[in-house]
Amino acid sequence: MDSRLLHDLTKLLGPRGVLHQPEDLMLYEYDGSVELARPDCVVFPRATADVVEIVRLANRHQVPLVGRGTGTGLSGGAIARHGGIIVSFARMKSILEIDSENQRAIVQPGVVNADLSVAVEHLGLHFAPDPSSQKACTIGGNVSENSGGPHTLAYGVTTNHVVSLEIVLPSGELTRLGSAALDPPGYDLTGLFVGSEGTFGLVTEITVKLTRNPEAVKTLLAVFDSVDDATETVAEITARGITPAACEMLDGWTIRAVEDYVHAGFPLDCAAILLIEVDGLREVAEAEAREVADVCELHHAREVRVAKDARERDLLWKGRKNAFGAAGRLAPSYYTQDGVIPRTKLPAMLRRIGEISKKYGLQIGNVFHAGDGNLHPIILFDERNAQQFRDTIRAGDEIIEFCIQMGGSITGEHGVGMEKDRLMPLLFSEADLALMRRVRDVFNPEGLLNPGKILPTSKGCGEIYVRPRPAAAAPSA
Amino acid sequence: MSISGAGVSSRMAEIAGDANVASDPAQIAAYQIDGKSPMTVVRPGSSEEVVEIVKFAEREKLAIVPTAGRTKLGIGMPPRQYDVALDMTRMDRIVAYDPGDLTLSVETGIPLHKFASALAEHRQFLPLAVPFMNRATAGGTIASGVDSPLRQMYGTARDFVLGMEFVTGDGIAAKSGGRVVKNVTGYDIHKMMIGALGTLGVITRINFRTFPLPRATRTCIATFRDPASAFRLRDAIAKSVLRPQSVEILAATGGTTAELGRRAAVSFDHNAWSVVVSFAGDEQVLDRDRRELEALTRGADRSALESFTELRAEPAENASRHIANLPGAILERFPAAAIFKISALPTDLAALASGMQAIEIPWLVVMRGLGVTYLALLPPDRSDGSLRLMTRECARLFSLSGKAPWGRAVLLWCPPELKTEINVWGAPFGDFPLMQKLKNVFDPSGILSPGRFIGGL
Repeated sequence: MDSRLLHDLTKLLGPRGVLHQPEDLMLYEYDGSVELARPDCVVFPRATADVVEIVRLANRHQVPLVGRGTGTGLSGGAIARHGGIIVSFARMKSILEIDSENQRAIVQPGVVNADLSVAVEHLGLHFAPDPSSQKACTIGGNVSENSGGPHTLAYGVTTNHVVSLEIVLPSGELTRLGSAALDPPGYDLTGLFVGSEGTFGLVTEITVKLTRNPEAVKTLLAVFDSVDDATETVAEITARGITPAACEMLDGWTIRAVEDYVHAGFPLDCAAILLIEVDGLREVAEAEAREVADVCELHHAREVRVAKDARERDLLWKGRKNAFGAAGRLAPSYYTQDGVIPRTKLPAMLRRIGEISKKYGLQIGNVFHAGDGNLHPIILFDERNAQQFRDTIRAGDEIIEFCIQMGGSITGEHGVGMEKDRLMPLLFSEADLALMRRVRDVFNPEGLLNPGKILPTSKGCGEIYVRPRPAAAAPSA
Repeated sequence: MSISGAGVSSRMAEIAGDANVASDPAQIAAYQIDGKSPMTVVRPGSSEEVVEIVKFAEREKLAIVPTAGRTKLGIGMPPRQYDVALDMTRMDRIVAYDPGDLTLSVETGIPLHKFASALAEHRQFLPLAVPFMNRATAGGTIASGVDSPLRQMYGTARDFVLGMEFVTGDGIAAKSGGRVVKNVTGYDIHKMMIGALGTLGVITRINFRTFPLPRATRTCIATFRDPASAFRLRDAIAKSVLRPQSVEILAATGGTTAELGRRAAVSFDHNAWSVVVSFAGDEQVLDRDRRELEALTRGADRSALESFTELRAEPAENASRHIANLPGAILERFPAAAIFKISALPTDLAALASGMQAIEIPWLVVMRGLGVTYLALLPPDRSDGSLRLMTRECARLFSLSGKAPWGRAVLLWCPPELKTEINVWGAPFGDFPLMQKLKNVFDPSGILSPGRFIGGL
């Protein structure tokens, strides 16, 4: 990296605001995915003005810029694929304003997702998007990836809760998109920006909606001896007009892995469990919980357990949210996929995953946001075995190809990043991708922001994978 | 444009068939925008035909305005140029409906009521209770970005449109999003199409998420003698455990609006401020909703409370329908009305209400509980004097637009005469240069609804 650029960055941010030694950079070469690439330096702005100045410097030297929160992403969004500067928002983590009357908050991008909900708890409010990594991931990262979570079935994903953004364009220009009030005139640039995976601009301020806490919450655990019974239960809950706040499914193998780790009280000998949450007015939650329990029993649930109190509920959720960590204990590495199918295709999908598992001799655990058809197969592998790693990626691709055949999508909440850019042509035509490229160029004409993400490069499918990083219990949505 | 009218019609007929092209004045009159008529009307039957029409138009520098139900052609500025009305009503099919997946894919010209009945068979619906419900189409509703009282619970199209197919101004068929309820693949271009008034592309297909139809609904109306009490009740509802499907605050200066009030089941007597709250659920839940709301109402301000009434079943649904259609009903009853849409926050509403006291023309206001406000100025006639007064008032209201505590105002509907004096969109803001660049990407020759949108886009 140009020593003048490094000098200017250090002058701007102080010696503690810039990392450039190899041993420091190693910590920033990965995120929660299996991707890997080393940045040339990492900078830590303290304020919007710093970000503007960093962008101007990078622009002058034509060095790529990659925004980063806490690196919990699962598609390589915060990895400097082509080197350059990682802009870490670790020091921009203030909640700038809480407006309880209008149910809005203005936050800096480095605010941790769960911290915002904690900060507004006394007002009876929360920030609805709840990725499983919510205790670590940042709202800036959520905006970039349009993150989801278990409760998005009823409450929507990040884009549904963001109304305005302050962004720094790669030219160094500071712009505000949208407004705290709803329906500002003009094109919905906020809606376009959320989920652009850091390729449009660096976010310096986010105005979000806050959601009123429900009066009552009921969490049910339903245990099944057959996976088909569990999936049919999900279908019938929908058919009855119930939209649970969350509807999660774990298969038998994953249950045993989790139980061994978390001791959530999941039965060890079952084929699948559903974790279903309903909420709202006390009467609504109670009536829906009763009806959901009836549906489960109708479909031969061996047992339906309703969490008696908050402690029991938290334990059930701990089991779900640590499914990936539990899998991580059983193999040197694991690869979490993120595909979407129409929920009625769940049984076919599960059969297909079974076949793929057998074909490659790989253990695949299944965790689904069953309510919205978003699946997270966990493929276990050993990164020291090159063949197994290649098979793992192939198995992941085959799962995604089947999702597309079923009318689904290649990512429900983890993002495309550098993991799935090469898969984009399976879903989008050359014309679709060309238009997306032109839209990106409006914001990021020289490709300095997060290059090599989302849109496939002309190299196409032949791209060689970087070696996987050592196993770590990365949280997942 | 250098080609003759006859040349345009004959090429259009080649693409869409003779029966689907019209150019005689009687037929064309129905497609007027602010007094401006197109040269030709063409009704494409497929996305492929739209592509051909747009390519031809781009080559010949013909300006196209997509339309279908023709209920919202009055929105926006008059087009700078208007040669071809692209009537999408032939593209009216349900492409796919998967009740189990809660997804619906429709062609753009389908009337809302047509798929509403298909959804109702599976006890589902789309929360698009919009003006002109009986004639509006999916495409027009989405392209115009009109909202619905039900947004309190379900959000707007932005929240439940899953993906779209469209044809850009250079004749390229493209898509974004998908057909599943959760998806983060690629840029959400379709979000930008919502409310873009056909300036970025001709929407050909829309994928929606559907919702379960509520088992029953109930509407409660609390009427106060002053606006402050109405706003206090709004605030109390927002802080309560209640989850109403709509919260609307209605008031008017009385007199000529009485009939509109009766249909919406509210009083439009001078100084009456009604908070209309509608709930969905089963009967037991609705009983609780009503009890809680009544307690909040009496707690809000007993002395200013005039009445608290409850409507069930048919009367409740009628009132909701009329409130959703109020802009439509206003325009029927007062053809010279000017209707502002104000993008305000709930805490702005009190300032808005006090600002309205100075308006010298009769008015009617619908304030959504989430802040978005529709303010209609209702001139007694279309005389020059009335129009002058309207112009002055609208200019005055625009001078407040975007300044705290007012929200940004758009003059959604008004007599065309006003548009020579006033830009209905107000002044664009700091993000406008990006919008201009995006317009150039989607419509490089500027042939799609040119000049109708904000800042001349």
